Amino acid sequence: MSEKKPALWLRIFSFLVYVYIYLPILILIVFSFNTQKLNIRWEGFTFKWYEVLFNDSNVMLATRNTLLIAFISTLVATVIGTMAALALQRYRFPGYALTESVLYIPVIIPEVVMGISLLAFFALIKFQLGLVTITLSHIAFNIPFVALVVRARLHGFDKSIEEASMDLGANELTTFWRVTLPTIMPGVLSGAMLAFTLSLDDYVITYFTAGPGATTLPLRVFSMV
Amino acid sequence: MRYKLFAVVVALSILLAACGGGSSTSGDKVLNLYAWSEYVPQQLLDDFTEQTGIKVNYDTYSSNEELLAKLQAGASGYDVIIPSDYTVSIMTALGLLEPLDMTQIPNFANVADYVKGLGYDPQNEYTVPWQWGTSCLVVDTSKVTTPITKWADLWNPEFQGKVVLLDDEREVLGMVLTVLGYDKNSTDEQQLEEAKQKLLELMPNVKLFDSDSPKTALLSGEVWLGQTWNGEAALAHAENPAIDYIIPEEGCTIWYDNMAVPTGAPHFAAAMQFINFVLDPQESILITLEFPYSSSNSAALELLQTENPEAYDAYMNFAATNPLAEDMSRLKMIQDIGDATALWDRIWTEVKGGE
Amino acid sequence: METDILKPKRKFSLVRALREDSAFQGIALISPTAIYMLILIILPMILVAVLSFMTRGTYGNVVYKFNFQNYVRLIDPIYLRILLYSLGVGLATMVFTILIGYPLAYFIARSPVRKRSLYLFLILLPFWTNFIIRIYAWIMILRTQGLLNTVLLNLGLIKVPLDILYTPAAVLIGMVYEFLPFMVLPLYTSLEKIENAQLEAAADLGARPLRAFLRVTLPLSVPGMIAGSILVFIPAMGMFVVPDLMGGAKTVLVGNVIRNQFLTSRDWPFGAAASMVLMILTLAFTLYYTRKAGFGEELLV
Repeated sequence: MSEKKPALWLRIFSFLVYVYIYLPILILIVFSFNTQKLNIRWEGFTFKWYEVLFNDSNVMLATRNTLLIAFISTLVATVIGTMAALALQRYRFPGYALTESVLYIPVIIPEVVMGISLLAFFALIKFQLGLVTITLSHIAFNIPFVALVVRARLHGFDKSIEEASMDLGANELTTFWRVTLPTIMPGVLSGAMLAFTLSLDDYVITYFTAGPGATTLPLRVFSMV
Repeated sequence: MRYKLFAVVVALSILLAACGGGSSTSGDKVLNLYAWSEYVPQQLLDDFTEQTGIKVNYDTYSSNEELLAKLQAGASGYDVIIPSDYTVSIMTALGLLEPLDMTQIPNFANVADYVKGLGYDPQNEYTVPWQWGTSCLVVDTSKVTTPITKWADLWNPEFQGKVVLLDDEREVLGMVLTVLGYDKNSTDEQQLEEAKQKLLELMPNVKLFDSDSPKTALLSGEVWLGQTWNGEAALAHAENPAIDYIIPEEGCTIWYDNMAVPTGAPHFAAAMQFINFVLDPQESILITLEFPYSSSNSAALELLQTENPEAYDAYMNFAATNPLAEDMSRLKMIQDIGDATALWDRIWTEVKGGE
Repeated sequence: METDILKPKRKFSLVRALREDSAFQGIALISPTAIYMLILIILPMILVAVLSFMTRGTYGNVVYKFNFQNYVRLIDPIYLRILLYSLGVGLATMVFTILIGYPLAYFIARSPVRKRSLYLFLILLPFWTNFIIRIYAWIMILRTQGLLNTVLLNLGLIKVPLDILYTPAAVLIGMVYEFLPFMVLPLYTSLEKIENAQLEAAADLGARPLRAFLRVTLPLSVPGMIAGSILVFIPAMGMFVVPDLMGGAKTVLVGNVIRNQFLTSRDWPFGAAASMVLMILTLAFTLYYTRKAGFGEELLV
């Protein structure tokens, strides 16, 4: 797209949207220094809560678990999801409609149902609940989000560039790495960021697939409010 | 440049995995505790680890039903859980609890007699009391000048949009049933239909339903009165002394939380050690001081009286933690209503989804 | 001798299939997803499907007795009303996220290349804080003595505090907030790829900016809008935490009904039946919508 500056009204509007997005975060930061525990109104300034937080080994462990799950599930879901998007957007193969439908299921079913069904499934195959089951479940709900975003990017992708690359003697792999991937990269990155965000934030599915000692930050936080 | 970003992410994940690989499942001296959130003092867990060398994994749930869902699906891997009264009935009926070995729990003698052998576990075969509490009427006396003594006062039109109720069909419909003079565990369709009509009359006064933190709306002045857990009321009272807790004339709910061991618990011996440890007066005080519900441990309360008279008086003189003896008779447990659950659910859905 | 010739030939045919047979390439690309989804989505969902034909036992356990009772129970005007209301909530959220998200995505896509990633990242960053915490922050802003009312009162813009919290307006503010990134990201992805040349061509042909936007940009961004709408509309319809916390839990949405079956009434079979119906309805709608709006029109190789 053009390198010209966006119109003034557009810049003002966008600025206001950013204000909307950051307002609650600002409030949180300010109130995290509040001396009053229940945070109903402002009483005074303190660093106490940060001290409490960093000395709480449970919170630290939960943070580590959360990041671990988020990184791994994002990575796996991004790779698999991008492949799925490529397949669905560019190829016809047997079972196409079925895979396409199944891919929407995690977006569609209520989280509680997905959580319970996964719990029942893991229990049925006697799979010990823990970090592994949480990660596997996060990958499952992340793949569709990545695939959907990448597909939107692939839509209208000009195949002639790839053909040109092939004509110039590059093989499929080189063409993919040098031409296709860079072009769809914004989509892949957006999808990955969405997946990471979803994973960091998930409570319901994590709750049902968690086992002893595998607590994540949202589970901890939910128990504190 | 973008590939570099990916490389960094991959490296980070591996690093994270490596530095935390084995720490959560170290050795066999472990106890997996599954309890309500904000309910077990960290100090108590640290003391236990120090004394026995057993590390405690404390995971949380926020409703009995969440706990049941986890246990019902199959082996959960937990050793000690803290279910409430009616949940204990369900769990024993479904065979989800392991009988306790009372010979290993001598501290059971510290437990007050009135919480022993209650209906849900008459012989204390499966459970040992943890704490108990009530869910009654809470009033901000700085906003409400007329004296409030009963649930029926909530229907007063001057409280339009000023009432908070728990987001819990058993508590809310149960309360309305008692206002109508019926049993709060009623399974009678006619009575429930009446309760629905009565509740619909209350709806204009209801500002919100909130089970997680009803005190917040109360403290911020959004609502003036309503229904809340006693612990929530005690916290709100400490923040704003004008907030009062009342056992209404119609009576309200009393609940008992208990320690129990799910069937197939991997560390049964450690579980017995832990349960006995919690009943030690010195440790039990920690619970009462940090989480202001009512104590089941009479030895602990005696110790509190000598060690910290101020805290003891505060505990004894507030209706939320220590209801008067004459009020106790009006408190009633919620019982599992079995097949009538569908009927209750239907009425609750109709009240909320009516329009 | 003969086998020696055959072996490399067979191997060659596999590579050739990957190179030349497009159906084969498609299968190779989809298989990780297909296998993963089969194990972690389809098998668990089959469990749910089976569950929906069972009965609730007296203690909330599952009794394995096949029947259609749960589906019969769903044929009831109250559930239809709840479904319609949920559709309304999802639709309102979708419309507002488009109205707010489109200009924002357009702004980012038109910003200098170096800054785009930063702007995008800034949209997601707040969502790395906890969901429940964010909702509580909004409650602090919107309540009677909250930030918004304090500011407006001090500025003299209003005389009496606005009663926003625990109203549908509060729900909408919270829902749009939570779902905005899911609209902006796909929109940005499809807006970003629109070549400058296409816009210039339109300009050369004498199209005014608005006309160029309506004729070139908007149609080309439709796939992003569809992807965004799916990611917003469907989850928003089933969302109940925001309506519960910011709306005062005075309404029942589809999400509540299903959640309550699992976590209040403990009637798993009925909850499973309700989810099956919801899933089939939404799936049918989504597939129809995406086909109709041309998500797959250029699939033919």
